[in-house]
Amino acid sequence: MYSYNEFDTAFLQERNAQFRSQVERRIDGSLTEDEFKPLRLMNGLYLQLHAYMLRVAIPYGTLNSRQMRQLAMIAERWDKGYGHFTTRQNIQYNWPKLQDVPDMLDALADVGMHAIQTSGNTIRNVTADHFSGAAADEIADPRPVAELIRQWSTDHPEFQFLPRKFKVAVTGSPNDRAVTAAHDIGIRIVERHGEIGYQILVGGGLGRTPMIGKVLADFVPGDDLLPYLESIVAVYNLLGRRDNKYKARIKITVHETGLDEIRRMVGDEFAARKPAFAGVDQEMLLEITSHFAPPPFGSAGTGDYDSTYATNPAFRAFVDTNVDTHKRDGYAIVSISLKSHGATPGDATADQMRVMADLAETYAHDELRISHEQNVILPHVPHRHLPAIYAALRDAGLATANIGLISDIIACPGMDYCALATARSIPIAQEIATRFDELELEHDVGPLKIKISGCINACGHHHVGHIGILGLDRAGVENYQITLGGDGTEDASIGERAGPGFGADEIIPAIERLVYAYLDLRESPDETFLQSYRRLGLAPFKAALYPAEAKADAA
Amino acid sequence: MPRPFTPKVVTANALLEGDVVYLTEDDRWTRTLTEAELIEDEAHAQLRLLDAEMQPDRVVGPYLADVKAGPQGPEPTHFREAFRSRGPSNYQHGKQAGA
Repeated sequence: MYSYNEFDTAFLQERNAQFRSQVERRIDGSLTEDEFKPLRLMNGLYLQLHAYMLRVAIPYGTLNSRQMRQLAMIAERWDKGYGHFTTRQNIQYNWPKLQDVPDMLDALADVGMHAIQTSGNTIRNVTADHFSGAAADEIADPRPVAELIRQWSTDHPEFQFLPRKFKVAVTGSPNDRAVTAAHDIGIRIVERHGEIGYQILVGGGLGRTPMIGKVLADFVPGDDLLPYLESIVAVYNLLGRRDNKYKARIKITVHETGLDEIRRMVGDEFAARKPAFAGVDQEMLLEITSHFAPPPFGSAGTGDYDSTYATNPAFRAFVDTNVDTHKRDGYAIVSISLKSHGATPGDATADQMRVMADLAETYAHDELRISHEQNVILPHVPHRHLPAIYAALRDAGLATANIGLISDIIACPGMDYCALATARSIPIAQEIATRFDELELEHDVGPLKIKISGCINACGHHHVGHIGILGLDRAGVENYQITLGGDGTEDASIGERAGPGFGADEIIPAIERLVYAYLDLRESPDETFLQSYRRLGLAPFKAALYPAEAKADAA
Repeated sequence: MPRPFTPKVVTANALLEGDVVYLTEDDRWTRTLTEAELIEDEAHAQLRLLDAEMQPDRVVGPYLADVKAGPQGPEPTHFREAFRSRGPSNYQHGKQAGA
């Protein structure tokens, strides 16, 4: 994986020294809050409901054991002993004190990490498929390109004051695990006549105006990628609405200007900008790609994997649910659920972080990934080590076999932490997970993605949840709206609002009715919830959600 | 017709820790809502908010929050202020941990 060179290290040290001075000046009164706020946001420091919050980037979700241990150390030394992994492959610390943040940033820089551009109207942390470099269905590893984009966008002078924040995601597989269609720019690595290139989606996004990204270019050759991206952001920087925050994202620009006109403008911009790149970007990409060479895969047999699988039902359930096919025989991808039933989705204690770091270092080529679904991945695991990994995870409370199931819920921090939220998300996720665990239905229900947001900004991706839940404030009471049929994959779709919202005490029974309706309606156990919904439409599910109305209609 | 004034407290976040704080009658900042000054007069509320805004070295983002009078002192009338007064509901590690 990529490791910072002397330039990167010096840059971070200088940037942190600058911020340390800014914090000192805020505390001694030389800087007002109005002056300080944009400076702290440029370094990932928010002020939330109960405390400051530091958002740390984990570019394309990749980190090694040393970095994970440092995240654990920071959680223990300067926070409350845990961290929250987010849907954008960041980690958030919910309780830092202002004067400690410069030390936290220095500790991050020691392991090549930072909080730059995790806030503000700039190009945010670049995200990617969490199975990158390991997936059996991968055309090419998207991380070198993601790293190139990170380097290009970091402190890019033209793009520090965009109309709004700007999010880029990259996938190297046709099965889109990076939700590229819900990003300002989605990049899909494609192959045409043996040549690797990029399909570019633009104008996707969730929030109050959810939109699926549109294909701006079907095939951008490798050499053209960076100047083409720069041209898109330049056009957006020019056209984007600065008069209205709610209309400022590129999705609105594309919608108002028209895709063809945007394409024409990007083409003109590209023609002007391309010569300036002069191949330097490709030299950089070549250098970066060398850092992402596959680990030295071995093949020393399967050990006691087969016998453990045959005799230990709990291990078998874990493998069947949490383990995916690797591109190499004898290897597997292990997803570690941060969603044990009743837990806060995405949270890991410092001890759990150390356990995961140890497992990566001992058994899995020292690599970890953070998924946008708020789980942790060991991307390169020899089959023979799976029993030992499972046993260690079980002892650490990390072996919940629920990846992709009803309790593997994405939930934003909601009003338990977030200053923008209008209702809580976490308790709803906790109650759903606990309820379906009690019902012992989870594995019978099969693949089902529930996503919960505590406000219209949709950090919990509810629009692309098979079942989406949006928490709102209705006359001073928490209220939850349900959307159905959303999908964040290559077949992306925005969920359809089912009807009036539910009170906090009504939402769990409503979800239960919905799931029972699906179990009744599905053609066979192989038909997933989303497939059933797409086959049958909203009506039968709506009838389950609102039985009184359905009865009245029938009368 | 102007809306009737409802009781308020002045609240903000502490500059150094980020904690939720409330202005007391004797010009202290307290972490406990029940110790806050219950303000029932609109003009006085505006003056107290100005007092708070003059303390940028101690607090960030002061504003007036709706409350009602309770037997122990001010009580929140909206769930957002209820969470601010006691901490998040998923862990007992906000203000409730020290209560």
